Amino acid sequence: MASQTHSNTEGTTETIEVQHGEAHSAGFPPFDSSTFASQILWLAITFGLFYWIMKNVAVPRIAGILEDRKDRIAGDMAEANRLKQDTDAAIAAYEQALAEARNKAHGIASETRAKLKAETEARRSKAEADVAAKLSAAESQIAALKSGAMDKIEEIATDTTSALVEQLLGTAPTATDVSKAVKTALN
Amino acid sequence: MANDPIHQFQIQKLFPIEVGGLDFSFTNSSLFMVATVAAASAFLIFATGGRGLVPSRMQSIAEMAYEFVAGMLRSSAGTEGMRFFPLVFSLFMFVLVANLFGMFPYFFTVTSHIIVTFVLAMIVILTVTVYGFMRHGTHFLHLFVPSGVPAALIPIVAPIEVISFLSRPVSLSVRLFANMLAGHITLKVFAGFVVSLSAMGGLGVAGAILPLGMTVALTALEFLVAFLQAYVFTVLTCMYLNDALHPSH
Repeated sequence: MASQTHSNTEGTTETIEVQHGEAHSAGFPPFDSSTFASQILWLAITFGLFYWIMKNVAVPRIAGILEDRKDRIAGDMAEANRLKQDTDAAIAAYEQALAEARNKAHGIASETRAKLKAETEARRSKAEADVAAKLSAAESQIAALKSGAMDKIEEIATDTTSALVEQLLGTAPTATDVSKAVKTALN
Repeated sequence: MANDPIHQFQIQKLFPIEVGGLDFSFTNSSLFMVATVAAASAFLIFATGGRGLVPSRMQSIAEMAYEFVAGMLRSSAGTEGMRFFPLVFSLFMFVLVANLFGMFPYFFTVTSHIIVTFVLAMIVILTVTVYGFMRHGTHFLHLFVPSGVPAALIPIVAPIEVISFLSRPVSLSVRLFANMLAGHITLKVFAGFVVSLSAMGGLGVAGAILPLGMTVALTALEFLVAFLQAYVFTVLTCMYLNDALHPSH
């Protein structure tokens, strides 16, 4: 039919074919090789441009952002670790100081206790010694008084005896006899 | 005409350009390539404009995309593979944004044309081949001789490896192209059922509920496919790049 039309009028055929071509083109569009050149060219232009933008702008930028973040996080972690170590050291120092203070306090307390104890002890022994001295002095005085009194008793007894004997017998006995007799009687 | 599922893949010339007999017209496909590149670049640049230590939502998405691709590349090609990061990231973003743009009604899907996915696949394969030979010289050919294979089997194994290497750009491009194409056709067909059934009156409207539900479900699936195909394309790119870096398996 096409050849028939062709033989008749060339102009009509062309318009029909153009209309036909625009409506359905030649067969299945993805396999229409007449469009390949244009698609390849425009893909090369657009994809080439896209690759250039990605390589020179987008990728370095995102990589930079991610790198910065990684560095920042690593830095912050290191800082946190350092602060933690500082804290640990401070705690250790505090605990050491506390232990030292406690030991010191303990030492002062026991020292004071020992000192006070020694003082008390000294005072007590001094007082005891005083008391003992006073006691022995009093005892010796008592003993002296006692022996003095015994002597006087003997003397009185002798005198009384010699006076009695003289009254009874009329003659005074010798002093030796009297004292001998009194001594015998007293003991 | 409105229900023709193929119509959405038509290339329409917007500004006809012809150089030396070749048609380099600026078409709807070109327009959406430009839109894809513009949207992806603008998003990545503006989202990261604040350079926030604590990212905003948008910046967070840009960073997630970066780390997602970086993770893929690092796990399959090692830290050495990071030299290819701009390329892999560009491919991922381009394919992802192009696929997602295709989900808008009346938008053209750039990746539903085999020539586009094939060119992207060839970029990968040529990078692998050129870098592989530049870096390892003829040692790169060890790629075709897996270690631990008995000498007697090498004549059999090596051709298989060569064929597998040569089929890579084909499988890489056809997978993406076919997924996008088939998904969009299916979606269009089911949506077309809704229109034609509801034109048939009361019973037709009731009958249109099922394809409508299918259309909704397929739309969700297509969003998944749009992401998944971008992911698969990128993962395979990473694995092929690993071959360029470490050819002796």
